[in-house]
Amino acid sequence: MRRKVILALGAVALPLLLRNLYVIMFLVPDEMEQGPIYRIFYYHLPAFFTAALCYLTAMVTSILYLAKKDPKYDAIAVSATETGLAFAAVNLITGMIWGRISWGIWWAWDPRLTWALICWIMYFGYLMLRSAIDDPTERAKNSAVLSIFASASVAVTWKAIEWWRTQHPGPVLSIRTGGVQKIDPMMEQMLYVNTIALVLLAVIFVLVRLRQEEVQREIDALRRYAHAMN
Amino acid sequence: MTMLRHAAVVAAKDLRSEFRTKESINSTMSFSVVILLLFAFAFDPSPDMIAEFGGGLLWIVFVFAGALIVNRAFARELPNDCIDVLVSSPASGASLFLGKAAAAFVLLYGIECICLPVFGILYNVTWWRSLGGLLGVLALGTWAMACVGVFISALTVNLRLREVMLPMLVYPVLIPAILPAMMLTNTLLTGQPMPSDFMVWLRLLAGFNIMFTTLSVYLAETILVR
Repeated sequence: MRRKVILALGAVALPLLLRNLYVIMFLVPDEMEQGPIYRIFYYHLPAFFTAALCYLTAMVTSILYLAKKDPKYDAIAVSATETGLAFAAVNLITGMIWGRISWGIWWAWDPRLTWALICWIMYFGYLMLRSAIDDPTERAKNSAVLSIFASASVAVTWKAIEWWRTQHPGPVLSIRTGGVQKIDPMMEQMLYVNTIALVLLAVIFVLVRLRQEEVQREIDALRRYAHAMN
Repeated sequence: MTMLRHAAVVAAKDLRSEFRTKESINSTMSFSVVILLLFAFAFDPSPDMIAEFGGGLLWIVFVFAGALIVNRAFARELPNDCIDVLVSSPASGASLFLGKAAAAFVLLYGIECICLPVFGILYNVTWWRSLGGLLGVLALGTWAMACVGVFISALTVNLRLREVMLPMLVYPVLIPAILPAMMLTNTLLTGQPMPSDFMVWLRLLAGFNIMFTTLSVYLAETILVR
């Protein structure tokens, strides 16, 4: 069943991603001040949204794990975190490329950039913690707690855009500016469409990673059983 | 009330044990002074430079020293399986956490209060101009460090790589508290006029403490009960 879902999602996501790539490269207009480099924005911001969604999923499933003690939730949490880290890396790298062209530097210690990096390091720490604990129950419990801690920091990251005024471009989406149209409606629409495509891709990654996690657990259980039999 | 009474008992036990052995106090104190000395060797500390990043330098020392203190919070209970006795005592996980965090706070705050004049002497800083405010900011930043540090110390207490994992997990979580603490300390240390965003930083620091203390107290039971 899950295999069919993955294939179905792939069948929607792949054409959508290709279509978006075509529209981003050839149809949407150039930005007045930045020129063509602004197109990276269509991947930079949706990657951030996707990563944030993954972190949110990890937080919710971590809370559910602590409440219900069902290992399924722990497996979803780790799959979502790993996928979130990949998309957060896309967000950071595309931001750095944009910064190099627009500001002349790869990295600025701008609070929002710094916060994005901190979040990335924090969730990487989550994976490190998992790999350091052998007992599956202890691992699931401790990493669920850490995930909740990390998500509190992600919330601050999200709000940081309003707390500090920096050289990082301010909010441009009409949902964040109170309905004020700061960019061309076609550009804004494209951002949403590409966000949907990346979210679909993230769901596929999570489902594939979830299957790996479940297989790994089955192997571990068999190993423990074989060890006990000896 | 019972929770606070239990927390006070745990804190008193930790402090008594620390003052008898002076294990963490001695190592942390000497470590802090050595870092202060090393920074002085690393760059020529002119008054302008100190005005720019004196607060940051001081908090780097405190954060490094803090890792040594919080690392011991639960690790000192490992010999003779004392941690199991503590967990099976009538004290709740939240009171154990609060007691340990309070003990770590007292130790760290004491060390910071000793480091402050040492910093003043070594770097020629007239640090007592806004002493009340400075001690308040130090208290807020130290509580953030004690709270998050002790909580994550409970998470990592049974790991082989505890000494590496603890700073790796604590520092990123602590940055939202250390950043305002550095900014505020800088302003208060050098007697600069209060910047317009002074209250924003203060609120951020206080908000961080409220948020993470609540989270830690709520989740402590989950972590400590095995």
